[in-house]
Amino acid sequence: MAQNSEHEQHSHPTPGLYLVILTALVIGTCATWAIAFLDLGIFNPVVALTIAVIKAVLVILFFMHVYYSSKLTKLTVAAGFFWLLIMITMSLSDYLTRAFLPQ
Amino acid sequence: MSTSQTTTTEHHPALSHQFDSMEQQQDASTFGMWVFLLTEIMMFGGLFTAYLIYRIKYYPAFVAGSTSISVSWGFANTLVLIGSSFTMAMAVWSAQTGRRKGQVWFLIGTMILGAAFLGVKAKEYYDKWDECHIPGHIIGKGFNTWGGCSASDKSLGNIAEEIRDPEHGGNPKTPEVAAQQTAQQTEIFFSFYFAMTGLHAFHMIIGLGLLAWLLLRARSGEFGPSYYTPVELGGLYWHFVDIVWIFLFPLLYLISRHQHGV
Repeated sequence: MAQNSEHEQHSHPTPGLYLVILTALVIGTCATWAIAFLDLGIFNPVVALTIAVIKAVLVILFFMHVYYSSKLTKLTVAAGFFWLLIMITMSLSDYLTRAFLPQ
Repeated sequence: MSTSQTTTTEHHPALSHQFDSMEQQQDASTFGMWVFLLTEIMMFGGLFTAYLIYRIKYYPAFVAGSTSISVSWGFANTLVLIGSSFTMAMAVWSAQTGRRKGQVWFLIGTMILGAAFLGVKAKEYYDKWDECHIPGHIIGKGFNTWGGCSASDKSLGNIAEEIRDPEHGGNPKTPEVAAQQTAQQTEIFFSFYFAMTGLHAFHMIIGLGLLAWLLLRARSGEFGPSYYTPVELGGLYWHFVDIVWIFLFPLLYLISRHQHGV
């Protein structure tokens, strides 16, 4: 039992790591907010969404323990987001290219 | 069958009959929870996709709608929700390491932050109500006059004002027609705003119910290092709702903010 709990301490994140993740998420949120008031042209939404993706990945890997999970869980999560990307890219590649066609 | 007698006398009270071990049970539960969360991703994903298509199509109207909501409250709420994700992660850690008081207090902390988020959301919704920005208010003569709003109200005036300005993509030649069109398109923005934040808030309310249920079970000392699956899965759900907000905040609140300020 003692060995088991020792093993668990290695395979689970600690409060220290959670604090680091929390700090990173707060910094990311403040950066998103501050950068929104700078004029970066087309890169405003790009930067905002890049920070959002980084924050989401941190939450998924550490708060949701996917980093420490089985390969089956990792594959399931990856498949879900891959499917979401298919939906978004294929829908947008349709709507954004309709103007290219001759009327 | 031959081994069932020894296992029934020894096994953990939370172990269901169909599983060989607690580890197998937790793996299966986690997998099942993630499959559920994937369906949630696709549900919110449909809204996000529709939002992106309309945002690209009606960009000036989406700027007008987005800049009318308070970025400060949205920013504060993002911090509140991130904090609640941290306390939730700590509640799971407390359960994993057998800290009963830690679980209870971190669950209570998560619930307080969740309730604070919903309180701010209610305030934001009330402001939108007050500004006649509820879809149905902006356009149409007396079509929707509850709350003392009508088509001649400030909401349409403000948006029309911005649209006359060609810098915002308006058509200076036919200001009235352009303003009318953009006001209609702004209603589409607010429809997305209320649908997406509303569905998100609905998930938060369900999450608060789950947390209350976990709190009762944690208080009676049900969870410990060998069995904490319900806390873990409740945590997965709570973090998922947090992730949805991480994307809602920049997409809904931060369109072209540099032109308009706070």
